Amino acid sequence: MIKEKAAQLLREGKVARVLGWEAGEFAYDLTPAYFETEEELKNLVYNEYSGANLSKYLIAASKMEGVTLALLKPCDTLSFNQLLNEHRINREKVYVLGVGCKGMKDQNGELLLKCKCCKGKEFKAFDEVIDDEECRNVPESDRFEEVRRIEAMSAEERFAFWRNELSKCIRCNACRNVCPACSCIKCVFDNPKSGVAAKANTDDFEENMFHIIRAYHVAGRCTDCGECSRVCPQGIPLHLLNRKFIKDINELYGEYQAGEDPEARGPLTNYTQGDAEPSVVRERSGE
Amino acid sequence: MQKIGVFVCWCGSNIAATVDVKAVAEAMKSEPNVVFATDYQYMCSEGGQKMIQDAIQEYGLNGVVVCSCSPRMHENTFRKTAERAGLNPYMVEIANIREHCSWIHKDMEVATQKAIQLAKAAVAKVRKNAPLTSGTSPVIKRALVIGGGIAGIQTALDVADAGYDVDIVEKSPTIGGRMAQLDKTFPTLDCAACILTPKMVDAAQSEKIDILAYSEVEKVSGFVGNFTVQIRKKARYVDPLKCTGCGECTEKCPSRKGKNEFNMGLDNRGAIYIPFAQAIPKLAVIDPTQCIKLKTGKCGICQKVCSAGAINYEQKDEIIERQYGAIVVATGFKPISLEKFDEYAYAQSQDVVTSLEFERIMNAAGPTKGQLVRPSDGKHPHEIVFIQCVGSRDTSGCGKPYCSKICCMYTAKHAMLVREKYPDVNVHVFYIDVRTPGKNFDEFYRRAVEQYGVDYIKGMVGKVAPIEDGKLLVQGSDLIANEQVKIEADMVVLAAAIEPDPSARSIATMLTASMDTNDFFTEAHPKLRPVESPTAGIFLSGMAQGPKDIPETVAQAGAAASKVIGLLAKDHLVTNPCVASSDELLCNGCSQCEKVCPYGAISYIEKEVRGPGVREVKRIAQVNPAVCQGCGACTVTCPSGAMDLKGFTNSQIMAEVDALCK
Amino acid sequence: MQMTQKEWKPKIVAFCCNWCSYAGADLAGSSRLSYPAEVKIIRVPCSCRVNPLFILRAFQRGADGVILCGCHPGDCHYSTGNYYARRRMTMLFSMLSFLGIEPKRTRVEWVSAAEGAKFSAVMNDFVKTITDLGENVKLGDLRCKESLK
Repeated sequence: MIKEKAAQLLREGKVARVLGWEAGEFAYDLTPAYFETEEELKNLVYNEYSGANLSKYLIAASKMEGVTLALLKPCDTLSFNQLLNEHRINREKVYVLGVGCKGMKDQNGELLLKCKCCKGKEFKAFDEVIDDEECRNVPESDRFEEVRRIEAMSAEERFAFWRNELSKCIRCNACRNVCPACSCIKCVFDNPKSGVAAKANTDDFEENMFHIIRAYHVAGRCTDCGECSRVCPQGIPLHLLNRKFIKDINELYGEYQAGEDPEARGPLTNYTQGDAEPSVVRERSGE
Repeated sequence: MQKIGVFVCWCGSNIAATVDVKAVAEAMKSEPNVVFATDYQYMCSEGGQKMIQDAIQEYGLNGVVVCSCSPRMHENTFRKTAERAGLNPYMVEIANIREHCSWIHKDMEVATQKAIQLAKAAVAKVRKNAPLTSGTSPVIKRALVIGGGIAGIQTALDVADAGYDVDIVEKSPTIGGRMAQLDKTFPTLDCAACILTPKMVDAAQSEKIDILAYSEVEKVSGFVGNFTVQIRKKARYVDPLKCTGCGECTEKCPSRKGKNEFNMGLDNRGAIYIPFAQAIPKLAVIDPTQCIKLKTGKCGICQKVCSAGAINYEQKDEIIERQYGAIVVATGFKPISLEKFDEYAYAQSQDVVTSLEFERIMNAAGPTKGQLVRPSDGKHPHEIVFIQCVGSRDTSGCGKPYCSKICCMYTAKHAMLVREKYPDVNVHVFYIDVRTPGKNFDEFYRRAVEQYGVDYIKGMVGKVAPIEDGKLLVQGSDLIANEQVKIEADMVVLAAAIEPDPSARSIATMLTASMDTNDFFTEAHPKLRPVESPTAGIFLSGMAQGPKDIPETVAQAGAAASKVIGLLAKDHLVTNPCVASSDELLCNGCSQCEKVCPYGAISYIEKEVRGPGVREVKRIAQVNPAVCQGCGACTVTCPSGAMDLKGFTNSQIMAEVDALCK
Repeated sequence: MQMTQKEWKPKIVAFCCNWCSYAGADLAGSSRLSYPAEVKIIRVPCSCRVNPLFILRAFQRGADGVILCGCHPGDCHYSTGNYYARRRMTMLFSMLSFLGIEPKRTRVEWVSAAEGAKFSAVMNDFVKTITDLGENVKLGDLRCKESLK
């Protein structure tokens, strides 16, 4: 179905290329790829290992000649919308083919983190959808459960938990490279003029700094796609930092889902006169 | 090669008694890039300033640190000193070793160490300073006033009086606004028309004022001193140069279904009409939604009767473009819609009217020629109930949370006028509080109660229900007597809350002027800059900013005018050089910064940017230095660090942090 | 490893907005209302100029506490700056707390130009809080801390 549709649009000249996945070395190892001819399109794969969020590629695709057809899962369209909100994608250069999803799997055949608490029940943006009812049978769960568990720890336990996790960081920048919200042309950590640039972590602090600032920079813009944790070669649960921000935003400033509305004003570029004072953090911590 | 001079001030004994100034100067000599350090009794004195000037020239200093009192005190002084010696004034930094050090510490050792550290931080900052220059931008000596009510008219008159050209854009066919609809005005009871119409005539006759009635602002671009505004002049279907305002056409027009806006829809007017007798400009206008000729092509009576040949059914809207140095928002107000207030039976009974409708009924030029009669049957009423705070101070969500401010006084006025003209009519007023702050206001209200015998009942009305004989049963509570009250009234008058005119929001968007949650324009500062918008060059006049009565409106209109005159009197504006600017190569064009800018100083352009290995056309943020006030909100919102603030750059602040944490 | 409590003095960075809090600090000075010399003030135009990076930088370089002072909400010289600062700092502080950093090390206070006494009281209290907490060992850069080497 998907291949046929894509081939038809290529044939009709409505799109210049197709952005999807092709087979990798292993069955679970699908790789995002462009397909420009019907011949190439034969290599297009869409199955339970097509977890990668392709939205971010559309920043580059927007600058290419002609329209790019993008296969987006429901949750991917949130990232797509957020990038539209930030004027990073040219909507006219993208043909969104919404594709149904029954939950994506990791190499062990288990549901991906993001799929365990699926929030992609509907396509937020699309030109056409190829979908079936089954695709709505993804499980529901409390996505803040783990955040709550950590919040309930003592400060010392939290510190130990994160030191243990963040000390694994090798600064490969995979989290940054995959993140659809981390889409700066040049990251502050790569810019020698910013005063915080560093190529590698030479100290505990730099691990903290990098991940705090990265999470802070995407706060209010992160759609919780979980790609950061999915690609981390060290298995650091980076998504928990983002979810902590999302949970705080929801509790303090009202429920907000980045990418829900491409016109929305994000919670950190907004305010109300009655917002909580920063002392709320101290009060909540009970310290 | 940086050459920094450090100048440590004793401030007599103010600093020197607690800080070892010589030790501070000595310590600074060993700081990198510091080529000269000294101390002096009074650095701000002529001798001290000369010392700085001489050192700048002798040592070729390109950075100066003065360790002295607060920069809020003498930063400007020392910047000018540097400038006189040929150094860019923004290459000067102050270490505050008086207010933040010598005055709060007693121990000399502690204070001296702190002073050294503060001086080091200032040196660290000045190392990262860059010369900054103020730009200038020309001022177009013409003002635009949006809204032709009393606020707009007064502002225009005052601006014109100072010798500047000013245009009034008014969306309805005549200027005059709400005040023209009023009968008498509190607390003096002089007639609104008698005091307003001479001002309207003055505006019309002023050579400096151009009245663009029946026109709307379509598009605004530019910034303070240099706005370009497109104005839509709506088609009147009447040639303004030929129409004499005789009114012949309005009498002969066969269409009689148009609601007369001037009389709040209490009667009808023709499709061609002149809003009221003293309208300015006094020109007929055709309402295209009512005109039979425009709708069906048949009729043309007005054209036949017009001896001046002014009727032109082919007329089209016209867009004109003008340039202004300043814009005044005087968009005014309207009473809220009472749809949500079923309990008062406004929709069910013609005899339940709003205060503004009542104003028209009482007016000699109104639909009843000033006779107090019931709209339903034209009979003389005997019992009238006034209900205050209809939708004001209402946190239920139906109305407005704020006090509309004028209702207490106009209700007292209405009650008094009724009792004076018709002593046989009983008047009851339900109120939550009576608020009468204002010159002669409370006296006025007391007169209504004591002299005119108006029955004031503290309490809310729960329900108004039409009953037999066309009467209205008003059920309320009297909180003082602690009992339920039932009154069979002939008429009920509702003091509907006021709200900003609905046109204000789109105008605010065009002007990038901010509004509060109630759509009132916000001030640059609620206390100290009450007639300026945070957006430079935009000024506020009248109800557009918040509820106010006529005297306050006129006072504010004059204040806004004086601000406009102050701006237009300048040939050039000198811009603050400490403004934000975006690095084109780093900018993502994500629009986050634009969202937090309170001044609308940031816009986006598609631009070809070139850098090492980069050459592409992309969307980038641009800061207008004439509009930016330098708060820095954008710099933190920018994830890439493209946006920085001159004079307080990221690297300057981090250099200070580093120096202070050593 | 750690110096004795008697010798150790905390390092405290206070970011103050130019229009209210910096003026409040000036007023504390001209009223001779003392607070410990450990507090070092950095002048910024508005509380909204303070980037979370600056705060982390201060901790990196050895600060034991960081406080941000601005105009009271509603009184911002730039009308809305402190509203943004309030959200940003709430988020940042919450994240630091989530990572196990003591929430008492960071603070936001609204101090007007007329509140010299409040400025002094706030700083006295903050210094005491930080002194009681002791040295910041969780969020410093080893290379920047003499005592941690």
